[in-house]
Amino acid sequence: MQNETDKEYTVKSLHSDPLSWVEKYADYLYGFAMSRIRDEDVAKDLVQDTFLAGLQRLDGFEGNSKEKTWLTAILKNKIADFYRKRSSNNLKVISAEETVQDFFDAESGHWTEKDYPRAFGLEVDNPLMVKELGAILNDCLAKLPGLWFSVFSMKHMDDLASELICTELKLSTANFWVIMHRTKLNLRACLQKNWN
Amino acid sequence: MTNALKNIIYNCRQATFLIEKRIAGKITAAETLQLHVHLAGCSVCKIYQQQSILINKVFVGFENNDFKLDEAFKKTLNEKIEKEINKN
Repeated sequence: MQNETDKEYTVKSLHSDPLSWVEKYADYLYGFAMSRIRDEDVAKDLVQDTFLAGLQRLDGFEGNSKEKTWLTAILKNKIADFYRKRSSNNLKVISAEETVQDFFDAESGHWTEKDYPRAFGLEVDNPLMVKELGAILNDCLAKLPGLWFSVFSMKHMDDLASELICTELKLSTANFWVIMHRTKLNLRACLQKNWN
Repeated sequence: MTNALKNIIYNCRQATFLIEKRIAGKITAAETLQLHVHLAGCSVCKIYQQQSILINKVFVGFENNDFKLDEAFKKTLNEKIEKEINKN
């Protein structure tokens, strides 16, 4: 009985109130995950995993950092795990696609004529147009091999150093740049195809 | 003219590779010169470069705030947390 009371006391004295987490942070964490994953179901799962992991580690949270920062750090780790997992699952797909899609003449390195970049005819200052382009871009991102998406997102959303991304995803520097190049070529071609 | 320079003048594959490397990292002085020479004569790669920068901008400019979880999901989430707490 004495133990029971002690335990309750400990819970109450923690620096965090998990019952308020969803209301306070769920939307924020979901947006954070969405911006890096671009997949609603996966983002939802990651938010849930984050809260559950947070509960497990509640003892370790000492209120030194803000609750939001602390939960975001947990989510970041979950996202990194997801990137790694997705990358290793997709190794076969990449080599298959690489042979299919090329945009240049094998001999000269010239653009093949059907793949010439053409102007989008987009007003960059028009927020509505940019938003529309963003929606198409998301569809194009979803078609990328997982490893490519991971590399691209880690580089641009989190502005990580290339070396760090290579270590995380077990890539050589040469491979990293090939992927960055191929990703952009594919995204650009996909936008050109679907814009207008 | 050096071989490297000759090689890139007509090589859009190499030029677009350097464009990506320059945007997301850095390229050497020699590569900068090569790319400069290529772009001076290749309007197609110039378009590519503009669009490549635009794609990065649009990607990074993604609005987190546009995404909200639906109430039903939040409710389930809260119930799961409550259940976890009561377990301990």
